[in-house]
Amino acid sequence: MDLNFSPEDLAFQAEVRAFLKAELSPALADKVRHNKTLTKEDMVGWHATLNKRGWLAQDWPKQYGGADWTPVQQQIFDDEASMANAPRIIPFGLKMLAPVLMKFGTEEQKAHYLPRILDGTDWWCQGYSEPGAGSDLASLKTRAVRDGDHYVLNGQKTWTTLAQYADMIFCLVRTGTEGKPQEGISFILVDMKSPGITVRPIILLEGTHEVNEVFFDNVRVPAENLIGEENKGWTYAKYLLTHERTNIAGVGASKAALAEVKRIAKAETVRGVPLADDPYFAARVAQVEMELDALSTTNLRVLSSPDAAASAGSISSMLKIKGTEIRQSINDLARRAIGPYAMPFVSEALEEGYNGEPVGPEYSLGVAPDYFNNRKITIFGGSNEIQRGIISKMVMGL
Amino acid sequence: MNFTHTEERQLFKDSVARLIADTYTLDARNKAAETELGFSTDKWAQFAELGAIGALFSEDDGGFGGAPFDVTVLFEELGRGLVNEPFLATAILGGGLIAELGNADQKAIIEEIIAGTKQLAFAHGEPKSRYDASHVETTAKKSGDGYVLNGAKAVVLNGGAADLLVVSARSSGAAWDEDGLSLFLVPADAAGVTRHSYPSIDGLHAAEVRLDNVTVGADALLGNEGKAWPAIEKVIARANLALASEAIGAMEVARDMTIEYLKTRKQFGVVIGKFQALQHRMATVLLEIEQARSSVINAAGRFDGSRVEREMAVSAAKTLAGKIGRLVAEEAIQMHGGIAMTWEYAVGHFAKRLVMIDHMFGDVDYHVARYVALSKEAA
Repeated sequence: MDLNFSPEDLAFQAEVRAFLKAELSPALADKVRHNKTLTKEDMVGWHATLNKRGWLAQDWPKQYGGADWTPVQQQIFDDEASMANAPRIIPFGLKMLAPVLMKFGTEEQKAHYLPRILDGTDWWCQGYSEPGAGSDLASLKTRAVRDGDHYVLNGQKTWTTLAQYADMIFCLVRTGTEGKPQEGISFILVDMKSPGITVRPIILLEGTHEVNEVFFDNVRVPAENLIGEENKGWTYAKYLLTHERTNIAGVGASKAALAEVKRIAKAETVRGVPLADDPYFAARVAQVEMELDALSTTNLRVLSSPDAAASAGSISSMLKIKGTEIRQSINDLARRAIGPYAMPFVSEALEEGYNGEPVGPEYSLGVAPDYFNNRKITIFGGSNEIQRGIISKMVMGL
Repeated sequence: MNFTHTEERQLFKDSVARLIADTYTLDARNKAAETELGFSTDKWAQFAELGAIGALFSEDDGGFGGAPFDVTVLFEELGRGLVNEPFLATAILGGGLIAELGNADQKAIIEEIIAGTKQLAFAHGEPKSRYDASHVETTAKKSGDGYVLNGAKAVVLNGGAADLLVVSARSSGAAWDEDGLSLFLVPADAAGVTRHSYPSIDGLHAAEVRLDNVTVGADALLGNEGKAWPAIEKVIARANLALASEAIGAMEVARDMTIEYLKTRKQFGVVIGKFQALQHRMATVLLEIEQARSSVINAAGRFDGSRVEREMAVSAAKTLAGKIGRLVAEEAIQMHGGIAMTWEYAVGHFAKRLVMIDHMFGDVDYHVARYVALSKEAA
């Protein structure tokens, strides 16, 4: 048992730090730190910076242009990048679609799509959820009917994150109605510019536009865009869930957010005494810090374990539950820390180029919106109720 | 012992409830929140006509109520409708301070408040005061017969729409002494007053207010110079009683919407309310709201007792409102799922208001600490 990183990992960590220092602009880091709105250019630009260094596709094999990092290296990068307030990597193409393509795609599909994910030609979004198919994803109804060398799609997807920027969407669609609902689902890739696709924004409760509804009205999709076999889409989607272990816990992002809470608590004072020294508040922070420190080790235990893959599904569920609950606790600490300045909502001040009058300290601006926005994290990607159900079934056999 | 309202008060409650149910929509409320004033002057006039503003003042002051249970009854209904008209800022805070300390001339303003023709704001909190109600660094310097005011006020509710500001300022003592605080009636358009109004995340409006060499006459002073603290403390207690009551109304709507959703939303072939994992959590929400309601009844029932009795009961009610309000807000969203994350669906707006109530006049931590301090005084 040794809690320390290996010398190789430490050298890697130093390399990552040097990279972030050289390549991450303070202006961009400041936006991320204060939960300001990132433009598409901010996100695409950060991908390009990482790609130039060969660090964008961190878990891809070298043959596809990936960095082929170990899970521990990926975690080191995530910790360092998060603490430096780098933008997050948009996962849809890189972490969600790419593993499926590599495992189940044809050579043509891999050769066409993987380089375009790396160089940013295609921005991908994910077409899974539907209005009637949320937690019960397998009940999805969007139909794909074969018509010659095309499929014709009709139906609706929802909660489609950043579809407003997307060039392509990977969808789960219904191609069969026989047997269990899971058995008639296919995995297909659709060009967002296809005639018959309409994207409608969904405004979230705190006023931001990050998710959308995507409507399909007789959208013709070339049959070669199907992944693997017809009616096997559920297997491919599940492979993705079990494959994905890194960064589910969001440890790096939580560490960065907790550090920000501590900075705020030093700046805020009650009768001249920093809030950080208030015993009630300090106790709240301490309890979250203990939990996060433990989760960080749980996460590394999972990532370092050679046989983790066997039980990856239930482990992902554990990491997701603890990670999201801790993250929400930190959001809650932050809103407590800023006191009455949680109320002002000057949304323009979160946009690039705002030079109006500031309201309250700069660190308070994005705190309450982020608190409300992050209510989503215990809902999406399989709600925490669903994750607890998975643990009950897979680990406890209940 | 009797836990029913008088017939008169029940009739009043029903009439407010009816006005809100029949004419007050969330959509119109949210649209009004986007206007410069931040609320609907038409709705304010309707509330005035119904006597809803007057219910917050005693008969001596020209109203038709003013008892603690009038406050709780009205604000519970306002919470149910997510009403953003400025009852708190204009009537409870501004009007309340005038009722506590005003002379006959000053009290004439209450008539205009009750008629719905005058808007007030309590310019009290400051950038460094957080929830500490006696932390006032704004200064009042004697000058001739009157005073000169200088300072900055933070997150002043209804500050942009107000015609008249009740400004707290220090004429003596250290930054957070209770002694040495005075209150002044300052027209919002007085020379040297700068207001920067903005929306709040829960659909209200507040303002940052600067006072640069604002000159007022001796007649602007409310009560005695340097002796305003007991009135400030009491009026803030009334504000917290109102907020805790408003929270109950909002919690019950969020609760009912969630129960309804559990009964109608189907996943895995059944309504999701069939899942015990959700049933038990919803049961917790239900019983916790009853606890919040009882704490508000305690606070209203003890409001006219001794200062310590009143303040402890109010801190308890505000603590439970903060704690349970957060529980209800978060559970309502979680049990709904994605739909509750949208602007279009009502429950998120109730959730935002519930969480923000914890940020007004003391959050849970503030009131727990205050309760501990008051317990020592009581012992």
